[in-house]
Amino acid sequence: MSGTWLPLVVLSISLIAAPLIFATAERRVVLRTTINLCAAVLKLGLVGYLAWQVAFEGARYAWRWPMAAGFDLVLQVDPLALLFLSLSAGLWLLTTIYAIGYLEDGPHRSRFFGFFSLCVAATTGIALAGNLFTFLVFYELLTLATYPLVVHRQTPEALRGGRIYLAYTVTGGVLLLVGTVWLGSAAGSLDFVTAGNPALASVDHITLIAIFALLVAGLGVKAALFPAHGWLPQAMVAPAPVSALLHAVAVVKAGAFGIIRVVDEVFGIALTVKLGLALPLAGLAAFTIIYGSLQALRQDDLKRRLAYSTVSQVSYIVLGAALFSPLALIGALMHLVHQGLMKITLFMCAGNIAEAVHLHKVSELDGIGRRLPWTMAAFTIASLAMIGVPPLAGFVSKWYLAAGGIDDQSAWVVLILLASSGLNALYLLPILHRAWFKVPTAATMVAASGRLEIKWTLLAPPLMTAALVIGVGLFANAPFSPLSWARLIATVEIPQFPDGLIR
Amino acid sequence: MSDTVSALLAGVDWAAVAILTPLAGGAAAFVLPDRARAIGVAASVTTAAAAVALVWLIATAGPYDLAVGGWSAPLGIRIAADGLSAVLIGMTNLVGASVAVHAALTGRQTKPVAEAGVAAWGFWPLWLLLLAGLNALYLSADVFNLYVTLEIVGLSAVGLAALSGKAEAFKAAIRYLLVGIIASLVYLLGVTLLFAQYGVLDLAGLRAVLVPAPATQFAMVAMLAALAMKSALFPLHGWLPPAHGNATSPVSALLSALVVKASLYIAVRLWLDLYQPAGLGDDAIATVLGVLGACAVLWGGLQALIAKRLKLVVAYSTVAQIGYLFMCFPLWADGREALAAFVYLAVAHAFAKSALFLACEQVQRTLGDDQVSSLSKPELPGAVKVTFALAAVSLVGLPPSGGFIGKWLLLESTLSHGLTVWTVIVLCGTLLSAAAMARVLARFFAPEGQAAAHPQVVGDAASWRFSLTPLLLAVAAVGIGLLGAWPVELVGIVGTAQ
Repeated sequence: MSGTWLPLVVLSISLIAAPLIFATAERRVVLRTTINLCAAVLKLGLVGYLAWQVAFEGARYAWRWPMAAGFDLVLQVDPLALLFLSLSAGLWLLTTIYAIGYLEDGPHRSRFFGFFSLCVAATTGIALAGNLFTFLVFYELLTLATYPLVVHRQTPEALRGGRIYLAYTVTGGVLLLVGTVWLGSAAGSLDFVTAGNPALASVDHITLIAIFALLVAGLGVKAALFPAHGWLPQAMVAPAPVSALLHAVAVVKAGAFGIIRVVDEVFGIALTVKLGLALPLAGLAAFTIIYGSLQALRQDDLKRRLAYSTVSQVSYIVLGAALFSPLALIGALMHLVHQGLMKITLFMCAGNIAEAVHLHKVSELDGIGRRLPWTMAAFTIASLAMIGVPPLAGFVSKWYLAAGGIDDQSAWVVLILLASSGLNALYLLPILHRAWFKVPTAATMVAASGRLEIKWTLLAPPLMTAALVIGVGLFANAPFSPLSWARLIATVEIPQFPDGLIR
Repeated sequence: MSDTVSALLAGVDWAAVAILTPLAGGAAAFVLPDRARAIGVAASVTTAAAAVALVWLIATAGPYDLAVGGWSAPLGIRIAADGLSAVLIGMTNLVGASVAVHAALTGRQTKPVAEAGVAAWGFWPLWLLLLAGLNALYLSADVFNLYVTLEIVGLSAVGLAALSGKAEAFKAAIRYLLVGIIASLVYLLGVTLLFAQYGVLDLAGLRAVLVPAPATQFAMVAMLAALAMKSALFPLHGWLPPAHGNATSPVSALLSALVVKASLYIAVRLWLDLYQPAGLGDDAIATVLGVLGACAVLWGGLQALIAKRLKLVVAYSTVAQIGYLFMCFPLWADGREALAAFVYLAVAHAFAKSALFLACEQVQRTLGDDQVSSLSKPELPGAVKVTFALAAVSLVGLPPSGGFIGKWLLLESTLSHGLTVWTVIVLCGTLLSAAAMARVLARFFAPEGQAAAHPQVVGDAASWRFSLTPLLLAVAAVGIGLLGAWPVELVGIVGTAQ
């Protein structure tokens, strides 16, 4: 069967691009850019082909390699894998374009783009992992590949941020390792199975609860669940494209995606509820949502404010996964994509502001909308979507999450979502108000050097993601939209899917 | 295809080749010092080829067993190898040949720096003697031969440790010698006690007659204590960091990667094939070894975290890694599952550690010293950084390296009855070694602008000659993890002679 190799090929594209880029001399800009973009485009094309095959032909691809640990390395393409894969492949292309512009003439670009590719390769592996063992392998690779990006600027603050990042993520990785080994030794299988792995039925409940706690603790570090969120605001010292990668494409998403896999395809939501684990997880997510928003209110540094906003927003995904309702799961899966689109837009815009006028604080942004109208337009769209203004992306996911909460007889979820939306508005709208309605200061009106407000490589990516933020909300019912795709997944993950709820 | 290869290989006694080639090569290198390098490399590579053939035969045709000269035990000497020996022979010869190639590649450059140079006249004969001793040790099937070969290994190792010519190295080597002699005497005492009681020395024979008498138990404790001392098990590890940290880099690599494994192997061999089947290996002794191993993991990890010199970081990491290997002992109570963990940890450590020590040489050449704080200087070649990163991945136990597989299997054994204190120790050890390695690797990203006022690069220290072998060894350390499941099957091949 020829398709067996396809998952490996998808992974290899960025995995092979990395050493090629490392080997490229610093000044060979064109060569490096060519490798980068070719790899990104090639990968996106292949992912598109796979999505087509999976959606219309019902195809599934799996590639395995036996390992001495007793479990196979499995890369497989299923709808859930494709959801994350297409997000990372699509945003990789845009972030690469953005990073090429952002780091122009900067030092160590071969190193940067090499690790950047490695990061995306790790994310691809995480998406394609067919069992928890494979997931773990790439989860750890992601930790390692991200560190050089976080400390890319090599300043003492960058090193400090990197140290904190490593301390958190390596500890989380070790907890995940123990949980995985324990599960493997107790249940004998680590496979991801839709609606839960049946091998877990033979394990006693105390052990399962302990394993679940270890796994979620390990994954929660990257997903920035309270109290393991501390690294995320510290990692803000990284350059803007890296922040975009951390917050939207790779790191926090890997954690959230892992929690979805564990809850729905290892334990199964039914078993999670039966073990009494769903409510604590939902509660923790709900607390993180409110806590992150409250912290975001207090930050004057724009990137820190956005970072705490990520802490809050990623927990929406966890919350949706922890509720026993297909609607909530649809909301969670959709938010995985939607949050990525919205947050990457915000971070690229913040990067543009820093690049164009060298301002980093919210309180300094008076009238920035005049100087950077397009950038701020994108920022505005993403902010409104984040708050949940219809018909933008955030609204659709919040709608489904709230419906899921009611479906699960947990009406408190609606209150949490309402409170969070209010807080979102409180920390995002003042930025918009300053940008558009305050009188510009000298600092914000530094003249642009070119015809555009900023280089096109820095402007086009956020505009495109902003357009997507509108598109996925407006055309939520179109085929291949995150919503339709999430429905496709949720129908198989939660067996007792009531037909009436789909439409 | 494998049948054809096996048929072709079966005609030669590869075990004899693996022992005699380095012996002959060592003698030749001693009498022809001008040709020593060529002879040394040729002998090392030939031996490695013979070892690979031997491992292939064991993997495909089962354990190796030979009564030398047709005299069977108890009168004659038997040489034998099962899966465990085969893996360790493979490891020893591949790492050994790589180090030999590295020493030859870099040997020419050493002359300008007298104190850092490998004294060629001493290195090659001693190394080949060491290699012969190691191969013979893994092929021995009786407790006295194990003693003799261990003695050869120990003495040639002391000679190698003293070669660098530095005063500290000489002091450390003398200490190493004293420890080695004391340990050998204690081990010999155990062997004598066994011989006095049973009149046999070969493992298979002893296994048949051994009874849990007090004198036998005393012999066992003496032998295990001696081997623990030779393997630098906490708290008997004090001799290791100075000896490994002050030797020349190829020698440090050999000592750390291969020599400590020899005595450990004997301890494992005696434990699994002699004491445990005879009902002597009770839980208390295994637990003591495991607890000391756990202390070594924590103490070595902590020392590696605070050591200022790079080579000491690497040496203390060896102390910690040996701790993991001793932690396997209590886990063998249920069966031999932990043997695969032991083998993976030992082999991955051999590759990663030799890569690190060899890379230290280039660090020292390009930067002038091996302080951890100097590593941020921009003169450091990129290949060294890659080598360090890959070796660290394996030592910490991150996927997909050989160290990861070892750690996975070890954790699996500790978790077979639920969460235990051993699991927690492995976790803490992992975090400590991750912190120690991160501290080193983070220097590569330290703020720039500290270029040395006087570039201290000696000769062509930045050349590929210094970085090629360490890089390949580090890649191998990571690649071992991806080899699939056959190494575990190979380890599972059990012979009757040993």
